[in-house]
Amino acid sequence: MKPFTLKLRQEPPQRVDLSVLTPDRLAGLSPAQIEKIDIGVTKFSTKVGDIFEISPGDLKNLRYEGGSSRFDLIGAKLLPEFSIHVDGDVGAQLGRLAYGGRITVTGSAGAYAASGNLGAEIEISGDAGDFLAAPLAGELSGMAGGRVIIRGSVGSRAGDRLRRGVIVIEGSAAEDLGSRVIAGTIVVLGATQGRVGYLNKRGTLILAQCKDFGPTYLDCGAHHLTYIGLLGRSLESASANAARLLSRKLRRYGGDTSVYGKGEILTPLRG
Amino acid sequence: MPELVRNGVRIDDSFAEAFPMSGTGILITGPNVKWARQAAQTMTGFATSVIGCGCEAGIDYEVPPEETPDGRPGVRALLFAMSSKDAEKQLVNRLGQCVLTCPGSAVYSTVPGEFEIKVGDAVRQFGDKWQMSKVVEGRRYWRVPVMDGEFFCEGKVGLTKKSVGGGNLLVMGADWDSTMRATEAGVAAVQSVRDAIAPFPGGIVRSGSKVGSKYKGMGASTNDAYCPTLRGVTKSALDEDIGCVLEIVIDGLTDAAVSAAMRAGLKAIIDMGPEQGAKRIGAGNYGGKLGPFHYHLKELLP
Repeated sequence: MKPFTLKLRQEPPQRVDLSVLTPDRLAGLSPAQIEKIDIGVTKFSTKVGDIFEISPGDLKNLRYEGGSSRFDLIGAKLLPEFSIHVDGDVGAQLGRLAYGGRITVTGSAGAYAASGNLGAEIEISGDAGDFLAAPLAGELSGMAGGRVIIRGSVGSRAGDRLRRGVIVIEGSAAEDLGSRVIAGTIVVLGATQGRVGYLNKRGTLILAQCKDFGPTYLDCGAHHLTYIGLLGRSLESASANAARLLSRKLRRYGGDTSVYGKGEILTPLRG
Repeated sequence: MPELVRNGVRIDDSFAEAFPMSGTGILITGPNVKWARQAAQTMTGFATSVIGCGCEAGIDYEVPPEETPDGRPGVRALLFAMSSKDAEKQLVNRLGQCVLTCPGSAVYSTVPGEFEIKVGDAVRQFGDKWQMSKVVEGRRYWRVPVMDGEFFCEGKVGLTKKSVGGGNLLVMGADWDSTMRATEAGVAAVQSVRDAIAPFPGGIVRSGSKVGSKYKGMGASTNDAYCPTLRGVTKSALDEDIGCVLEIVIDGLTDAAVSAAMRAGLKAIIDMGPEQGAKRIGAGNYGGKLGPFHYHLKELLP
């Protein structure tokens, strides 16, 4: 059965909140009803029908043909077994608080992608903005489950307050990767800038490129860890390069000892 | 007793009577086959019978590195007990004393059972707060720092109450050598069946028991009807040409696994024939009133 498709008619005149367009919330609505849903976030109204041409189909698979950096909150609170595919870019808070399911984006994502993700598999072919998988202001923890794969690069504070789950960044990461990480795993294949793992409590950061991690990370020697082998095998189909990195012997730097200090940065031996 | 004959081997018109058990299975991986097997062997040692060991356990099969979660060689071990509480206690104890201690080992759940036993969630405390929890593809694991690196253990393993214990074959031959030859062939066939184990030494028990005893307080005693040295003086079940009896006891995760294992064992013993191997095959039961699972030999014949 063909997927339920939302074809882009025109770039929206304002940012739009697409959190209402998830399979479970559209169930039972007719195309006419869906077209009337207001998705604007200002005093001016913008309706689904103004932006999208709807072709009904299997609601389990929702497809956006054409994206925009103004598309916020796509796949928010997505439920397990549903999937959303976006051909193009998306705005902020992609997959915010998603319980499960799968979200794929062929373009790039804005800030707070996968924010508070609870179990969804999110794949972004382009780049992601600042605060990937991070909590919104005032929240105690960030992503708490699921898996996020970014083929491009990410902005600053990626993985902030990560609690659980796996983030793979195939490109590079800007300032403060893995800040305030509680637990969970972040893999970065490209370069990292500035501080890494600042105030990391129990998280695992795996970096392809070694650098100086500062005095609060302490060298614990090079090891073949069983967990890394298992993680590598689970990533084989999603990211072959990450799997290759994880098959190597990695040096463990324990930290951040300025806080709880049970976390680690793993990186291949120099040279 | 009306007898069936297959390839010259007499088959009793009898059945094995088996009981429901709580069963669980774990995959133990190691840096190489030797150490994966060592951990599994140690964990399944002293686990022949629930009566004195608390559980019955054994090695099911070896798993090649390509098929294990961490890409290292593995061994699958099964453990059965009379209640889920006993199974949990035995598994946690054995895991803590035999697998955690074994160099290079890691543990994964392999039985998607109706219940779960906390294993890693119990053993983790050995880490003295240095342990780390990791969730990969929805399954929780514990990394416990130990002197050779890390002990990696899944948090919970599945437990099924649909397991069956006590499938059996009584292999009867002219003397010890020929009976052992046939029984060993039978055990090899039983061990090739997945989800089933033969928990006794080398898969074979020579001290089959009957219910009750002449002594007070003994629940079970030697099965004199099948002791060849008592053939003339007791109410014997043995014919004149039988000089030795060995038993294969089978536990399986499912009813189907036990009957498949008995079928495989029967075929191997019958194929050997009465000259080289066994002259007669029987099965042990308690009259059919105690155990709900009955495996009739005539229905399992090749």
